[in-house]
Amino acid sequence: MPPARHEPTVAQPSPQQLVAGLRATSEGGDDLVQLLTPEGQRVHHPGFDGHVAEVGPKQLQSLYRDMMLVRRVDREANALQRQGQLGLWVPLLGQEAAQIGAGRAMQARDMAFPSYREHGVAWCRGVDPTELLGIFRGTDHGSWDPRTTGFHLYTIVIANQCLNAVGYAMGQRFEGRVGDSDGEATVCFFGDGATSQGDVHEGFVWAAVYDAPVVFFCQNNQWAISAPLERQTRVPLYRRAQGYGFPGIRVDGNDVLATLAVTRWALDECRAGNGPVLVEALTYRMDAHTTSDDATRYRLADEIEAWKLKDPIERVRVHLVREHGVGPEFFDAVTAESDELAARLRSFCESMPQPGPARVFSRVYAEPSPQVQAQRDEYLAYSASFESGGDR
Amino acid sequence: MTTPARNRTETVTMAKALNTGLRAAMETDDKVILMGQDIGKLGGVFRITDGLQKDFGEQRVLDTPLGESGIIGTAIGLALRGFRPVCEIQFDGFVFPGFDQIVSQLAKLHFRSQGKLPMRVVVRIPHGGGIGAVEHHSESPESLFAHVAGLKVVACSNPADAYWMIQQAIASDDPVIFFEAKRRYWEKGPLDTAAQPQPLFTSRVLRPGSAATMVTYGSMVRTTLDAAKAADADLEVIDLRTLSPLDLDSVFDSVRRTGRLVCVSEAPGECSVTAEVAARVQQECFYSLEAPVLRVTGFDTPYPPSKCEEAYLPDLDRVLDAVDRVLAH
Repeated sequence: MPPARHEPTVAQPSPQQLVAGLRATSEGGDDLVQLLTPEGQRVHHPGFDGHVAEVGPKQLQSLYRDMMLVRRVDREANALQRQGQLGLWVPLLGQEAAQIGAGRAMQARDMAFPSYREHGVAWCRGVDPTELLGIFRGTDHGSWDPRTTGFHLYTIVIANQCLNAVGYAMGQRFEGRVGDSDGEATVCFFGDGATSQGDVHEGFVWAAVYDAPVVFFCQNNQWAISAPLERQTRVPLYRRAQGYGFPGIRVDGNDVLATLAVTRWALDECRAGNGPVLVEALTYRMDAHTTSDDATRYRLADEIEAWKLKDPIERVRVHLVREHGVGPEFFDAVTAESDELAARLRSFCESMPQPGPARVFSRVYAEPSPQVQAQRDEYLAYSASFESGGDR
Repeated sequence: MTTPARNRTETVTMAKALNTGLRAAMETDDKVILMGQDIGKLGGVFRITDGLQKDFGEQRVLDTPLGESGIIGTAIGLALRGFRPVCEIQFDGFVFPGFDQIVSQLAKLHFRSQGKLPMRVVVRIPHGGGIGAVEHHSESPESLFAHVAGLKVVACSNPADAYWMIQQAIASDDPVIFFEAKRRYWEKGPLDTAAQPQPLFTSRVLRPGSAATMVTYGSMVRTTLDAAKAADADLEVIDLRTLSPLDLDSVFDSVRRTGRLVCVSEAPGECSVTAEVAARVQQECFYSLEAPVLRVTGFDTPYPPSKCEEAYLPDLDRVLDAVDRVLAH
């Protein structure tokens, strides 16, 4: 009989769990671009300082505010799910710098293709946080207008949006909107798990072949639900770009300044016609995959504790206080604003109207299908035939 | 330069009619672009896009990398940008790597966005067997697409329909899966490019008759017409043309007169377009039916090695046998 094997515990993790944890908490290697250390210290990078030359304390305060507000929205929505107001929430906790840095690097004329965790990017694109609720409350599949916001609808099937983004970027090039600093570009957001999907591979191939002005912005948050990064790849993800013939760069995704600089650089490359570019933003999913997930089943609390020391917001706060003498009035004001936003989100959520049964049949096609119309008419008549007049 | 001939009927193959239709669509709207494997210099493996890249350039006729998900997925992105992409899938059996993008994105974006994001994309798929091909080159997957809400599915069976339907599909604001009966590509028929086409999503009575109603589409239209000609009985033949949405009013009218229905398709019968037609006819025409609805279809097997395809594909005899059986009631 083989010796009894012990189930891994927090006290005695399996070797795989240890390795995953070590990788997740590593500093990202020599190639990591960082401009603001976890301790809040501004460090210089000859290649990227120039891309954030104008970012002083005022702009950093603005980025701090963005991150605080989206974190507050995220926590409120998470609570709304726990209280039964939402069916599901997908937390962005820990990824604020990656998303705000990338989102604020974009221009209004650019186009973003999100996955489903990009609440911070949505914020930067001018999508009101209340617009995100319908998907998770079950009243719609995304209510904002991608054409006016430059923010495509959330894509839930992993990696589908990579090809859609590349096609859109091909269109930008075909229309001659690429070639100088006024050019347009597209940013495609996806995660480490998505990199194993064929659509990311095909997206990379198409983008390379057609010189598409697309920034592939991979938020490597270390976990695809329960699968750690080493289940997806042998090589660091940013190095995959080399095999497709375009640059790949790894940035500290918990450093909003570095993410802003690197994404600006990547977008400039695309605008000038040198796209595509892959950016791997090294970050960490501080919460579970979704509110339906139990992350304690597959990862160690120590790992989260280690990442807390690299919190994306705290380092900006420390920097503002220490280096620029920003006082408590500013931080208190941001906290108060975030509480107001959370209250607005909550009251909006609680008063969202219930869609009627006709919504089932609404706009399936641009030119209505007689079949679907007939089913709608029949069902609505059936529904109305109840004594309560359809309010069953 | 001569002006194009008007009111002149030419005799052309369905392949040429499709080519001419694509050209007309590209001339009408410069947002129309063709995408696919080997469709440029080669003109496609069936030459449907022959000469179009030469005349419209590499940015209107894209020889894509080899990947069906890539073709459909980027076509969706181009449609979001305002283009009207027409994708060519080389063979029926190769569409499945692109099936995810078709089902998850192409079919759903209009509904998801509640009309903000129309998906003006056509996916052309040569389908069906009878050409002695190797595996994956002879399939009839149209029912899989007809089952997907958000898609429209049509099948052309002759040159004139091919010419008009491809242009109408491209002009449609909905995604259209466009099936082309590949064994009929080289069959000739009349084409009057000055004629007034009938609307895309409508069926057509090709041959009036009183003894039984024959409903078919795609490659089996020819077979069924031949059967009607050979039969002793007076058969009415209806070409569905649109598989989703189905246009069955003419079928119901016909069955109410004939009391008998035979559906013919080379796709497997289980959970198929012909099954849907049979179900709806029994619902709408129950008291008019004099005989059970019969179907003549491919079998519920994978497509066989081509040396056996004669046994698999419905032919004149199998169709006539079914006609005999409905008339025996």
